Amino acid sequence: MLTILFDGIAYGMLLFILACGLSITLGLMNFVNLAHGAFAMAGGYVTVIMMNRYGLSFYWCLPASFFICALIGGVLERTLYRRLYGASHLDQVLFSIGLVFMSIAAVDYFMGGQQQLINLPAELKGRFDVLGVGIGRYRLFIIAICAVLAIILQLALTKTRFGSQLRAAVDDGRVARGLGVKVSAIFALTFALGSGLAGLGGALGADMLGLDPSFPLKFLIYFMIVVTVGGTSSITGPFIAALLLGIADVGGKYYVPQLGAFIIYAVMIAVLILKPHGLFGRESGR
Amino acid sequence: MSETLAHTAQSASEILRRRERWQIWEVALWIIAFAAIFVLPSHMLILTEIAILALFALSLDLILGYAGIVSLGHTAFFGLGAYVAGILARDYTGEPVTGLLVAGLVTGAFGFLSSFLVLRGSDLTRLMTTFGVAMLLAEVANQAAWLTGGADGLSGVMMTPILGLFEFDLWGRTGYIYVLLVLMILAFIARRIVNSPYGLSLKAIKRNSRRASMLGISPTRRIVVIYSIAAAYAGMAGALLTQTTSFVSPDVLAFHRSADVLLVLVIGGTGYLYGGIFGAIVFTLLRDWLSVITPQYWMFWIGLILIAIVMIGRERVAGWRNLLPGQRKSRKAAPLAVEDAP
Repeated sequence: MLTILFDGIAYGMLLFILACGLSITLGLMNFVNLAHGAFAMAGGYVTVIMMNRYGLSFYWCLPASFFICALIGGVLERTLYRRLYGASHLDQVLFSIGLVFMSIAAVDYFMGGQQQLINLPAELKGRFDVLGVGIGRYRLFIIAICAVLAIILQLALTKTRFGSQLRAAVDDGRVARGLGVKVSAIFALTFALGSGLAGLGGALGADMLGLDPSFPLKFLIYFMIVVTVGGTSSITGPFIAALLLGIADVGGKYYVPQLGAFIIYAVMIAVLILKPHGLFGRESGR
Repeated sequence: MSETLAHTAQSASEILRRRERWQIWEVALWIIAFAAIFVLPSHMLILTEIAILALFALSLDLILGYAGIVSLGHTAFFGLGAYVAGILARDYTGEPVTGLLVAGLVTGAFGFLSSFLVLRGSDLTRLMTTFGVAMLLAEVANQAAWLTGGADGLSGVMMTPILGLFEFDLWGRTGYIYVLLVLMILAFIARRIVNSPYGLSLKAIKRNSRRASMLGISPTRRIVVIYSIAAAYAGMAGALLTQTTSFVSPDVLAFHRSADVLLVLVIGGTGYLYGGIFGAIVFTLLRDWLSVITPQYWMFWIGLILIAIVMIGRERVAGWRNLLPGQRKSRKAAPLAVEDAP
């Protein structure tokens, strides 16, 4: 029972890292980016390539996948995404679906369609017992990393100059620009950061979630649930939503496997009917 | 005062009548579609596919082009219709027209219920709820194996002759004629709907719902109605697919179908009904051609096309329809007419 709770928390933490970039682009920048999962997938594949082809250590792969995905995200933002900030949601949806399709086919072409496996370092394998609760080492590792990242993010968004500039740029881009805030540079940096975090999440999750070319579509719904249920006004909302979703999903799959993913979709629709701006959102819909 | 009012009313009904008038290219399109029965007898299957996709895209156009609802899960209705028709044919009666009507009724009712979900919230909430409904149905179809065959799909669908008279033949000729007739009848009905005052009021809601409600046009009921109609259309398209292929796979509820139909509509242009038909022709031929060249990776090119269309601008891509005979002229002659630009 507690083991399931623990696994659920680890899963939820992972979802949070994967989705928090999306909560920024979608919530703060108001850009419907369905291609977010593609960045996560890219991170996963970077790890796979580095570990299995070049034999690098897992610990080096994590920052590498972060930086590579941030780079990809930054370049795409500068070249393509920024043109669509003002476009209609339909355009954004079409564009990002196109990107998802391309990434799926490209990965399929280069890496093949099979499930990719990575070999975790020996010290992260296995599990140990604490007071009768089975704790997977790797899951503990994920929880630790994600908790640190969540705290850093929260502090960065509320306490630093960059964070307040970002919030200003989002609230009213024109005024922020007038006050000398470099709005477009900040958006680009934020987008890169979000993509990088997705990449890191993909690298961490390659073992737990499984990695194959259909990854962006398979987990898209999870990311979207985290963001919409959590609301988009802060980091805490998505964080709690991700934890709840993780626990509910792991617990649901364990106790009532025949219902499958049914529960979470139903819960999501119910939440959206009752509170269209998310559980923790502010009422003023942007 | 009353004279100007009368004049306005007259010119308004004049506009309505002009919009409803048949264009040369419309007539030509239907003639070509029927001529294909004799000219291209060996391509009946792909033509059937095009016609079904066209009907599906037409139903999306009703809600996207006329009511402005962006749906990521329109395939929910398509898939539901396909399963309803399949189960009906397997367990009760294999008569296609009955199956078509029942599928239309069931999906229409489902669309009516789910339309209350799209009334609330912003674009994003709508995207999520439509997407969620489609995923939910896909999950149900996958889990309820006793009813739907689960991941293996629904087999054992046996179709009897249409109305007891016309048997489905091996080359798909009867199937094509049947699908084409259904498409034509439904397209005519849709044409009547969108050119009626009701259709115009929908356009008003799409362009500015607050102003529309100030003019006394209540968005809620109109959106519910058009959403239910569109759902019934999509369900009938799904039923046609089941009936012409005698099989339902869980693929009918897959996400890529919702994306495909959006692409179809974007290629053809939204908001004038025929976009779905033109788009379906272009899309199906394109996909066929691509999947011959790169059987496994055609998705890449579809994605590239999507991005290119968005980057170039949807209006410019769909702008070719101004070249159709009669289209530009009527616009010049009617400066009062509501512009179609979305």
